[in-house]
Amino acid sequence: MFDFLKWPETASTVAGQIDFVFNVLNAVTIFFTLLVVACVIYFVCKYRRGVKADRSNAPDEGLAIELTWTIVPGIICVFLFGLATYVYLQVVRTPAGAMEIYVVGKQWMWKVQHPEGRWAMNELHVPVGRKVKLTMISEDVIHSFFIPAFRVKQDVLPGRFSTLWFEATKVGQYHLFCAEYCGTKHSGMVGTVHVMEPADYEKWLSEGNAKDSMAARGEKLFRELGCGGCHGPGASVRAPMLNGLYNKPVPIQLPDGSTKVITADARYIMDSILLPEQEIAGGYKPIMPTFKNQINQEETLLLTEYIKSLGTANGSRNSAAAEPAMPGVAASENTTLASPSTSRPVNEPLAGATQKRDNGVPRSR
Amino acid sequence: MEFKENRPSGAHDPVADNGQSAMARSTAELEQEFPKRHYLNSGYGVKSWLFTLDHKRIAILYLLSITAYFFLGGLAALVVRLNLLTPYSTFVRPEIYNRAFTMHGVMMVFFFLIPAIPAVLGNFLVPLMLGTKDLAFPKLNLLSWYLLVVGATLALLAMLVGGVDTGWTFYAPYSSIYANGYVVLTALGIFLAGFSSILTGLNFIITVHKMRAPGLTWFRLPLFIWSIYATSLIQVLATPVLAITILLLAVETIFKVGIFEPKLGGDPVLFQHLFWFYSHPAVYIMLLPGMAVMSELITCYSRKPIFGYKFVAFASLGIAVISFLVWGHHMFVSGQSPYAGIVFSFLSFLVAIPSAIKVFNWTATLYKGSIRLDAPMIYALCFIGLFLIGGLTGLYLASIAVDLHVTDTYFVVAHFHYVMVGATVSAFMGGIHFWWPKMTGRLYSDVWARVAAITLFVGFNLTFFPQFILGYQGMPRRYAIYAPEFQVLNVMSTAGATIMALGYLLPFFYLLSSLRNGKVAGPNPWRATGLEWQTSSPPTTFNFDTIPIVKVGPYAYNPAADEAEDARLELIETEKKLIEARNNLAVERASGDGLKKEDLDS
Repeated sequence: MFDFLKWPETASTVAGQIDFVFNVLNAVTIFFTLLVVACVIYFVCKYRRGVKADRSNAPDEGLAIELTWTIVPGIICVFLFGLATYVYLQVVRTPAGAMEIYVVGKQWMWKVQHPEGRWAMNELHVPVGRKVKLTMISEDVIHSFFIPAFRVKQDVLPGRFSTLWFEATKVGQYHLFCAEYCGTKHSGMVGTVHVMEPADYEKWLSEGNAKDSMAARGEKLFRELGCGGCHGPGASVRAPMLNGLYNKPVPIQLPDGSTKVITADARYIMDSILLPEQEIAGGYKPIMPTFKNQINQEETLLLTEYIKSLGTANGSRNSAAAEPAMPGVAASENTTLASPSTSRPVNEPLAGATQKRDNGVPRSR
Repeated sequence: MEFKENRPSGAHDPVADNGQSAMARSTAELEQEFPKRHYLNSGYGVKSWLFTLDHKRIAILYLLSITAYFFLGGLAALVVRLNLLTPYSTFVRPEIYNRAFTMHGVMMVFFFLIPAIPAVLGNFLVPLMLGTKDLAFPKLNLLSWYLLVVGATLALLAMLVGGVDTGWTFYAPYSSIYANGYVVLTALGIFLAGFSSILTGLNFIITVHKMRAPGLTWFRLPLFIWSIYATSLIQVLATPVLAITILLLAVETIFKVGIFEPKLGGDPVLFQHLFWFYSHPAVYIMLLPGMAVMSELITCYSRKPIFGYKFVAFASLGIAVISFLVWGHHMFVSGQSPYAGIVFSFLSFLVAIPSAIKVFNWTATLYKGSIRLDAPMIYALCFIGLFLIGGLTGLYLASIAVDLHVTDTYFVVAHFHYVMVGATVSAFMGGIHFWWPKMTGRLYSDVWARVAAITLFVGFNLTFFPQFILGYQGMPRRYAIYAPEFQVLNVMSTAGATIMALGYLLPFFYLLSSLRNGKVAGPNPWRATGLEWQTSSPPTTFNFDTIPIVKVGPYAYNPAADEAEDARLELIETEKKLIEARNNLAVERASGDGLKKEDLDS
């Protein structure tokens, strides 16, 4: 009968921790609400006009009590802040070894792309008990990927990657919502998260619309776009080799001439494709053209996945072993997409791929 | 405080007033004489209002206009709540629903809540409380009202021709590139309303600095003035950022210059930083004036000075300062740096401290008071209850870990309605009831007013408390269609909204009826101490016949003096009875002489 008051499903490793913080806050809130309401009611009854009571020496100031109710709430606030931040740090740091899934948000659907090749609309399939990292991007406006049962939410922005990780703990089906208002059918941008037994998940991956893996499709696209003309072995133009690039520290030249070392993560690779003039690999000339209007977000992901599959210098495929401590930092704050280059060397003779494919006409999505 | 006798001339002189009448009149009746000369009858006709420079008349203009905007915003809320009765958006299509909640937000935030207390009560009371005849810049004050009205008209025009579906937050790049409807027109309306707000704040700041009555030192100011002053600082410093943000949005929308849209080279998170840099302090533009009213109500109805005057005063300034440093807590999941998030989280927790200080001091003021539960006091007590819940749930949203889950859900909707509607509008209603006799010279029905206050409190809680649960269960905000398991709580919410609407409609009837039938209030019906009560009700155009000289602090309530006053009133009551008895006797005698009572009356 009181189903509508039901506690939401708790189906991820962090859900319990977040519920714990929530309950501590509930305790603090209920305590202070009752305390103040009780005092108010007591005073109103006791000192109601016409009721006989001792009203002598009514105080109108008191340093000791003022300090008490300044310092005590202060301490409680610092404690709550510490607790919530401690839990937050567990939630925000992507742990090592998480399997990756890509999500593209667009008005008004979620496209979920698994590296192995299978994709789904508005359905996220994940194995139970495994850490999953979502790398998400939007094709249009800001969306927000929200799974209440997991207590996780992350805005999905156009033009930059956001990441989100979780580990599901309970097999079942859960709501997937878009939580950032995104237009007419915002409330229709919903879906289902299927948490499956690992064996079922593997089976699911190989069925249905499973095609080539993302990396394989990325490789095909890489060839089609003619990227190898510069980035392949024996290329006539000097461009960075991509073998073993992923997650390796690379030196880059900043526009002001100084250099800095960053990790070649998904964000860096995507930006290098779309905004190549932003971060020039150390020792190379800024000659790469942008692919911004020629490939869509999904194709960027395919290329990224392909470059990732090229493995590390020692040949092994490097998954998420060396994630930055806080992916959010890399994924957002270092990204400055706001200043398109005005001095792009458009006449450099390496845009052959572009010409071959599109004759210079931007592809429509 | 000491003042010169300032009653309307003749009120104390029965001979001059009504000496010819055969019927004697009691002192009490004479005290309740409606003044002959006051700001409401200083001129008649539309022109006398539209070109008035009198801060009190401008306050009335504001009151009329924001009441209209409140009702328009309320109608939009009605569409929203009716549509949410079922999970399938049966009442209107999602396109209309999106426009309805946008209109609700825009109307309520920019055209009702922000001007509500400062522009109506502030405008009316700041000069009265300072013992001066007007604000520093009366023409600027009138301009502020025109800006608000023109702004609201543009926004309404946009609604009429097709509406906007961005939500009141106008997040880019949705609003600049993808939205339906008339974003730029609405934004222009808000831009103008912003300048109304800036000019009002500027006017108050200068008035408080330069135009206080002799002897009215900073620490003798009523706490109302302290809070309004803190509000004005935020208005002047934060609102220009809103204007800049709107301008940038318009530039991107019209000229397709990349500012927020990544495809044009912009940054979508930049909009949120700019928007919340204004809109978080704006929450305190709405809340601080509510706190301003509270300090006046609690003291008057407890018949006591405020507990911890300086703490309450500096808490207002503290809230104003910290309010500028917490905007990032709206953006924990938006893609800002986690380190920035942690700093914003800490600063957001800090706001809780001055807010707690205020609540504790109001509560302590009740201790050993002599408490009357008149309607304004009921509103004030409702404020405490609703602000407690609204404020404490703010801690949940300041805790990043919990915010990850509840942000952009109904939990947030419930939280800010508790603060901005529950607390602020309760204070606004309390203030309107408290100063109604001052504004109109009439008393309303206290019984009906208490009924309305309690109806509002019950309706409000029934509307918004279920939304906390909905939010934690995961229902996102701005959903026209929702999962069926959320329906029961949504129905409760809509039912509550109906009760709440009743609580808002009731005052219309008894307040308007008081204008015609209400008892004459007299200068100081609540026996309050503020300077505004030392002049006639309604006051004359220039407020005071002689500038008052202030010798003591505010809230010099004195229960002993109250007792003396009670004794005096009792005497008057006895006098009344005696006079009545004498008159009856006269009538009897007259009829004994063969005369009718009517003859005697004439």
